[in-house]
Amino acid sequence: MSVVTLTLDGRPVSAREGATLLEVCQESGVALPTLCHLDGLSDVGACRLCLVEVAGQRKLAAACVTQAQEGMEITTGSERLVRYRRQIVELLFAERNHVCAVCVANGHCDLQRLAASLGIDHVRYAYQHPALRLDASHPRFVADHDRCVLCTRCVRVCDEIEGAHTWDVAGRAAGCQVVTDLAAPWGESASCTGCGKCVQVCPTGALFEKEQAAGGMLSKHRDFLTYLKNAREKKEWLR
Amino acid sequence: MNREELEALAARRRAADGERWHRVSVCCGSGCHSMGAEQVLATLKGEVGAAGLTREVQVHASGCRGLCAAGTLVEVESGPADGAERHLYVGVDPEVAVRIAREHLVDGRPLSEHHADPSDPFFARQQRIVLESAGRIDPEDLESCLAAGAYAALEKAVSEMTPAEVLAEVTASGLRGRGGAGYPTGLKWSTVAKAAGDRKYVICNGDEGDPGAFMDRSVLDGDPHRVLEGMALAGYAVGAEQGYVYVRAEYPLAVKRLKIAIKQAERLQLLGNRIFDSGFNFRVDIRIGAGAFVCGEETALMASVEGKRGSPRPRPPWPAQRGLFGQPTLINNVETLANVPAIVRRGGAWFAGIGTAKSKGTKVFALAGKVRHTGLIEVPMGTTLREIIFEVGGGIPGGRAFKAAQTGGPSGGCIPASHLDLPVDYESLAAVGSIMGSGGLIVMDETSCMVDVARYFMGFCREESCGKCIPCRAGTVQMHELLGKIAAGRGELDDLGRLEELADLLGAASLCGLGQTAPNPVLSTLRHFKDEYLAHIEERRCPAGVCGAGARAEEVRA
Ligand SMILES: Cc1cc2nc3c(=O)[nH]c(=O)nc-3n(C[C@H](O)[C@H](O)[C@H](O)COP(=O)(O)O)c2cc1C
Ligand code: SF4
Ligand code: SF4
Ligand code: SF4
Ligand code: SF4
Ligand code: FES
Ligand code: FES
Repeated sequence: MSVVTLTLDGRPVSAREGATLLEVCQESGVALPTLCHLDGLSDVGACRLCLVEVAGQRKLAAACVTQAQEGMEITTGSERLVRYRRQIVELLFAERNHVCAVCVANGHCDLQRLAASLGIDHVRYAYQHPALRLDASHPRFVADHDRCVLCTRCVRVCDEIEGAHTWDVAGRAAGCQVVTDLAAPWGESASCTGCGKCVQVCPTGALFEKEQAAGGMLSKHRDFLTYLKNAREKKEWLR
Repeated sequence: MNREELEALAARRRAADGERWHRVSVCCGSGCHSMGAEQVLATLKGEVGAAGLTREVQVHASGCRGLCAAGTLVEVESGPADGAERHLYVGVDPEVAVRIAREHLVDGRPLSEHHADPSDPFFARQQRIVLESAGRIDPEDLESCLAAGAYAALEKAVSEMTPAEVLAEVTASGLRGRGGAGYPTGLKWSTVAKAAGDRKYVICNGDEGDPGAFMDRSVLDGDPHRVLEGMALAGYAVGAEQGYVYVRAEYPLAVKRLKIAIKQAERLQLLGNRIFDSGFNFRVDIRIGAGAFVCGEETALMASVEGKRGSPRPRPPWPAQRGLFGQPTLINNVETLANVPAIVRRGGAWFAGIGTAKSKGTKVFALAGKVRHTGLIEVPMGTTLREIIFEVGGGIPGGRAFKAAQTGGPSGGCIPASHLDLPVDYESLAAVGSIMGSGGLIVMDETSCMVDVARYFMGFCREESCGKCIPCRAGTVQMHELLGKIAAGRGELDDLGRLEELADLLGAASLCGLGQTAPNPVLSTLRHFKDEYLAHIEERRCPAGVCGAGARAEEVRA
């Protein structure tokens, strides 16, 4: 295994060749906010929360999709990066209808956690209040588009791990929505196996199990993907 | 087909043309089409038929000739191809067509009216490389294209040049990508040529989504063989055997002509297997886009060709490393590729002699807005905005004052009068906060409001965002709303700060060029026309009288 050395926030660190900057940060104990990334799924670089500065490079790099290279000098917490992260999270709150007090994910939500960690106590952007539907046609699960942040974790887990490819994104711009099959109600989906993986990986209250009251959703099992992968690939059945 | 056969075919056609009394080409480009070019064409054909002159006079449709505002254009060419006598008629309707047929074609007395003056700067100031044949040849007739020199460069390349030599000519030419960013074409080609892969692809980007732009459409439907030849040359240089032309569905004529052109070229083995009896094979297929602006972005375009949702993905990997179907892929704009046959035929040094130090060759612009000669022009790089607008473009109608030129569409900016003497090249435009872009050039006079212009383009990006990344998907919505608020006379001074902060986010954090450049129209108008924003905010007044702000102030006063 080849190793590269780079500088992370002024500290020299080494990394496996081919590792992403996000992996380097995780291994070095540097906390970087993420939303679309989930260990075990392919990366899409969509949420832009993990942006970092690379010395000598005009453009910022999304850590989850950038490979560590010899001699890179990475800054993860500049004033500017923190400002961008706050803006991104505020934009998400303004985009759809997030009313935490009546949300099943209240207290177990990645978006909420992000807002708290970035010290966001109000949103400076105009709330859009879109009129979105809620799909409760599935016997066990509900999709509440008011809470969706379009991270596509559901799309990827269903495609890459479950192999069903039930979810996809339809529409464009602010009109984007995750849809099941060809925008049929989830309950009528011919491809969904009912495995529940999408519900587990959803970072917000957008996908949840039925019969949950506000804040009732127990913390989702975010580590189950690693478990599944280890079980399949290495035949290790450890949790 | 070999060189002798190609030359014989072209010579035979030129001779046959020269024997005709007249060759009449009727512009059936989209501009003239909308003014009734088809009727003009039918009238001329009918008249010629009635006079029993179908052998002596040939009448055919052509692509856009550039002077769209004065449509329909009809050119009568008489005598041998080299040294023909030419008459260009403008504003031809069926009545004028009857007169042209009877007086000029039959009696040999050209009309004295409806003539375009060839010494007018509109013609004299232009230099045509890409549009050399468009508007003259009949794009659906391969022989007429061959007579104008089509495929001579490809023949020369495959029979006497190595791929490396072709690449060297393109590098020496200094050609830069015409799709917007101006990336050196030779460098891109050599990266793909060096890339390891069992198959490679060439893609011609004909998505052309900028509002008001129609350069690529005019090349595709006026001279499709030039683009195909450029693609084949690219394929030869980089080692690809398969090409795709990606054309937007809104260009049905371009698609139709490309289909015809590919079929004709394949029949003569100008495309397909063993081109010109060499070992070089190159096939071209057409892929039709479904009308999303973002599908012009190279990674989204490739996803779309693969049949996937047209969303950009992060780069690297660059298309040259891992592109279409995971293979090294060369992607170039229509106009970029259309320059290549001339470069190979006449040499990179010839091309490098045109233009400025860093921007070589010519650029095609679609002139639109408050300018007399709206239409399509091709000028050497380094021509000033003043020359383009006031000489070639004929100035601003109605005696009104010039206010700004918008270049680069939704990714570009507005250039004020103080920069009219700016030479048009990649670096100069960027220095004043705009970009060359793909060639849209909208001229605005005192009746245009800069806040309204910024709002229009932001609305466009808001609608066209693919929705993948948050800064662009949600940020364009907020910026558009802020601009709407200012335009409506409800803005506050703080809103300017909010706009700038969002612009900073979009520019730095968006995943692809759409979001990264979406703030440019706002930033450039804030830079050059801040007083207009302030008038809307502090005086609740739209200086140009376009926005609701003016009306609102009236209400308040009344
Ligand atoms: C949002 C967006 C839209 C684009 N649209 C086009 C287009 O319509 N035509 C085009 O040639 N390039 C377009 N581009 C640029 C392409 O991504 C690519 O850079 C170009 O086709 C490369 O060709 P060139 O090197 O010949 O310029 C677009 C880029 C972005 C970010
Ligand atoms: S999804 Fe998260 S942020 Fe949104 S309402 Fe629910 S708990 Fe709040
Ligand atoms: S429950 Fe399983 S199969 Fe059904 S949509 Fe979710 S991940 Fe896909
Ligand atoms: S439903 Fe959940 S997992 Fe799927 S895109 Fe929306 S927020 Fe992400
Ligand atoms: S910048 Fe806009 S168009 Fe580009 S990937 Fe992001 S959302 Fe899509
Ligand atoms: S975690 Fe890297 S872009 Fe979302
Ligand atoms: S369409 Fe006829 S001149 Fe442009």
